[in-house]
Amino acid sequence: MRVPMKWLREFVDYKGSVKEFAEKMTMSGSSVETIECVGRDIKNVVIGEILQIQRHPHADKLLLVKVDTKERVLQIITGAYNIKKGDKVAVALPGATIEGGKKIGVQNIKGMESEGMLCSAKELGLDDHGLPEDMKKGLLILPKDAPVGKDIKEYIELEDAVVEFELTPNRADCFSIVGIARETAATFNVPLKVSFSTSGEIRQIDEIFGRVKVTVEAPDLCKRYIARIIEDVKIEPSPLWMQRRLQLCGIRPINNIVDITNYVMLELGQPLHAFDYDKLSDGSIIVRRGKAGEKLITLDGQEREITEDTLVIADKKGPIALAGVMGGENTEVTDKTRTVLLESANFLGSNIRRTAKRLGIRTEASLRYEKGIDPNLAEIAADRACELIEKLGAGKVIKEYADVYPEIVRPRELQLRVEKINALLGTSISKECMVSILKRLGMDVQDKDGKTFVIVPTYRTDIAQLADIAEEIARIYGYDNLPSTLPGSIAACGVLSKRQKLEDNIKKTLSDLGFSEIYTYSFISPGAFDKLKVPLNHEIRKAIKLMNPLGEEHSVMRTTLLDGILQVVKFNLNQNQKRIRIFEVGKIFLPNELPLKELPRERKMIGLAVYEENVDFYYLKGIVEAILSMLKIDNHKFNQDQHFALHPGRTASILVGGKIAGYLGEIHPDVMENYDMEDKRVYVAELDMEILLDNALTEIKYQPLPKFPAAERDMAIVVKEDIAVGDLMDAIREVGGELLENLELFDIYRGEQIPEGYKSIAFSLRYRAKDRTLKDEEINELHAKIIRSIIERFDGRLRE
Amino acid sequence: MKEDLLYLKEEALHEIEKSKDLRELNNIRIKYLGKKGKLTTILRGMANLSPEERPAIGKLANEVKEELEQKFFQKGLELKEIAKKIRLQKEKIDVTVPSKVILGHKHPLTLVLDEIKEIFLGLGYEVVEGPEVELDYYNFEALNIPKDHPARDMQDTFYITEEILLRTHTSPVQIRTMEKKKPPIKVIVPGRVYRSDEVDATHSPVFHQVEGLVVGEKVTMADLKGTLITFAKMFYGKERRVRFRPSYFPFTEPSAEMDISCIACDGKGCRVCSYTGWLEILGCGMVHPNVLKNCGYDPEEVTGFAFGMGIERIAMLKYGINDMRLFFENDLRFLEQF
Repeated sequence: MRVPMKWLREFVDYKGSVKEFAEKMTMSGSSVETIECVGRDIKNVVIGEILQIQRHPHADKLLLVKVDTKERVLQIITGAYNIKKGDKVAVALPGATIEGGKKIGVQNIKGMESEGMLCSAKELGLDDHGLPEDMKKGLLILPKDAPVGKDIKEYIELEDAVVEFELTPNRADCFSIVGIARETAATFNVPLKVSFSTSGEIRQIDEIFGRVKVTVEAPDLCKRYIARIIEDVKIEPSPLWMQRRLQLCGIRPINNIVDITNYVMLELGQPLHAFDYDKLSDGSIIVRRGKAGEKLITLDGQEREITEDTLVIADKKGPIALAGVMGGENTEVTDKTRTVLLESANFLGSNIRRTAKRLGIRTEASLRYEKGIDPNLAEIAADRACELIEKLGAGKVIKEYADVYPEIVRPRELQLRVEKINALLGTSISKECMVSILKRLGMDVQDKDGKTFVIVPTYRTDIAQLADIAEEIARIYGYDNLPSTLPGSIAACGVLSKRQKLEDNIKKTLSDLGFSEIYTYSFISPGAFDKLKVPLNHEIRKAIKLMNPLGEEHSVMRTTLLDGILQVVKFNLNQNQKRIRIFEVGKIFLPNELPLKELPRERKMIGLAVYEENVDFYYLKGIVEAILSMLKIDNHKFNQDQHFALHPGRTASILVGGKIAGYLGEIHPDVMENYDMEDKRVYVAELDMEILLDNALTEIKYQPLPKFPAAERDMAIVVKEDIAVGDLMDAIREVGGELLENLELFDIYRGEQIPEGYKSIAFSLRYRAKDRTLKDEEINELHAKIIRSIIERFDGRLRE
Repeated sequence: MKEDLLYLKEEALHEIEKSKDLRELNNIRIKYLGKKGKLTTILRGMANLSPEERPAIGKLANEVKEELEQKFFQKGLELKEIAKKIRLQKEKIDVTVPSKVILGHKHPLTLVLDEIKEIFLGLGYEVVEGPEVELDYYNFEALNIPKDHPARDMQDTFYITEEILLRTHTSPVQIRTMEKKKPPIKVIVPGRVYRSDEVDATHSPVFHQVEGLVVGEKVTMADLKGTLITFAKMFYGKERRVRFRPSYFPFTEPSAEMDISCIACDGKGCRVCSYTGWLEILGCGMVHPNVLKNCGYDPEEVTGFAFGMGIERIAMLKYGINDMRLFFENDLRFLEQF
């Protein structure tokens, strides 16, 4: 909302600076975005009268003009032809500056002196849109009564400060000059100069002498409809000051009637619409829902489809306007218009909002309707428009008018509970102070039966309960004047839950181990599943689709972190990174059924990836083991397994507490190719954090240190290549039982002395009993038993 | 025999002196003093001596042995010292060769969130989380934002079905928390949120917020102010000035926006603060009575306050980052700076 200060000052007695205005208004709730100073450039431009026009003696296309500027008569050369003797024009005197800061001096043009310049509208910073064609091309011709010698800036309010507010959607009443004036009055405790009010009587007549008949068929969407008739309309440009004000507010001038409707909308916040009465089919105005198949060409020349949810204004033949959004071309006011039907109506905001959204058109009118307007404003605005029409001689207003207003909105009465308000704000503001603030805000306060009531004006559609009153008091009292305390009544201990701590620790462990944390989007492309070689009908493909994604590549909720992680690896490879270690902790989204009927399961996953020359599977396995160890999970197992996106011979599933907690492996070369990273080897892991946390040991119990000595023994077994070390270790542990305290792999050997297709696996075993010193014979016997059983089970032999 | 002993002594001393390392020294020792060494051989001849001669020769033999032992010991020390010196010299390395140990880095958004969490944990808050795929009811309806409410335009929403959406803010967790718990409540809610904004330097369809909620008897707007001022001073520094401006959120009343004096220019006015001297940091307010009622609370008995802030914005201000896309691009050259 743009507010020219001069216009505002017509309504409120504010004398301070614009800067202070902006600061204090912001602090009382009307947030100021920008202050724009306009017309500053224009200096020494006055109104002049053309006395004489001659041809330039040495230039065919130039005119030599004598202009009276009251102080002296100047000779000025111009190239514009739209002037005649007696016209009033804007004269830039020698030494003047015009829009853009251009300096005007005395110039010699083809041997003749030009003492200044005659100005066009643009040279004064005016929008020429609403001006006649000749003035667009030529000079700005001022009205006949323009006072010669007067500074043009004063005459058409060229210099002003325009304050732009960013208003909150609850304050529909502030989307107007008068609304801001009311806020100004309350903020600075200064009086309003003009007050608008209704006569109090509501007419409730649906026709004007048989000339107009208003039928509201959709009273749920149209709360009030006022129609007025203006006869003997003379369409012409509106006065320059009005054009200027419209322009400063961002609205293009069109003609006197349209400009007046826009002017009143800006001033009061009530959108108005003017129909060419003669184009209506026998004066009928029907406010109804649209019918399927109906169409309307709107004022912007676009054909609009009308739905059954669209509120339209129609005559007997069909729609003539999209209610509250835009009028129809078929009833547009043009130069030929003789009679105007003026609409001042109240439409339901939510419906207007839907229509505007559906059609993708946001107009000044729809923006105001959407927020909800006071139905009582319709009458005030209609009156104000008629007053301006008569004042500007644009037409003759018929006194009688139609007003369909079935449910009259009356001021709300709310009880003023001083203690409750103070309890909410943490203040001790007196009742007197509260009452005075409310009165500054235009609210009446009355005592009745020992209680105090606030009478809320109907334009304050946002005030419905005590909390709203509390806010009004607080913001005018000043938020900065409220005390600052800490909530004393709630004593609480702030600690993270065990799971939250572990989650933080996982991030810490991974970053300590050299991995950097990434954040990727939660939605991915459905094509990712093909790139990852996910089998058809696989669970992972059942991803939740967005109805309105930003694009195909962000259209489904991820069911795996792998896609995001691989994209980041790729991105960094493209930046020539030689060493990539990344992790992400993020949610995946698993629907129970599609389309979604209930909320999906959201699982936090840990994704890991590493790329570096000479890094292998076991490096990343070590990282995963480090996480497991940090979480004190010892019931885990790595199994040789298969995964769609991973190398078939280099994939492990990780079993934790009997559940698959994730996979670890080298990305399949096909997948690498799909991500344009062929010939590179990337190792990844994706772990289900929920399963890990479920199995994490958080209670630590101290184990007494061993009292008796341990004995170390080694063994080297030659087995076939396809025997898994993990299986050997499991078997050794099984036979070794309690006395086998520790088992460690220390070598895998292939080569000399070992036949092709075999490998030698060497272990170091530590034996210890809790309650005694083990005897050599006992140890040797157990060690031999282990060796025998391994040889037997895995068809191996002892390596000498 | 005496001569033999003295000769042995001289010979041994000479060899000891000449020995170059501990192994050689040890061999010499074995040669002379070992079980089968020269001294033993000589002493075997003692049996042939007369009883008168024996004590003197015995004494001499002991003296020789002792002297040699002494020498062996000293020479041993000497050689050890030399060996150590040689080893240390040989083992010299080039300490300027770079190591290969590299620390990883937490994401800047995690770092900022950790810091915020730490402050509020210190103030006695719990941390709770909620779903990112959310019901319209929790995201809007229960927060006093009915269908067609203009405030829905403030947050362009990704929908999955008519009733299921990606949460546009962390505020639905307010409702979920109030439904689950009884007052007093004192929680912060960090989380990921979504809005259908096209990506640019200041917009991202995915971003993060921290929400705060305090509900109990006699919780006041002054408490809200005090809490957030405490937070702002701890997070942004004691010298920051803080101001509260009236604002509008459908789920709070009164509502406010908190600004801090600009970090870049200290309030003088610059590009960062659009020449206002202030930076908008968070939205807050007293929990709307309708919201309390929607959760089954009686606004006459309990009151509360809530606040919410965007983590990206805070991180951008804190680290001087001017493009939001950097957070999700995951360029290691960016991530490794934190």
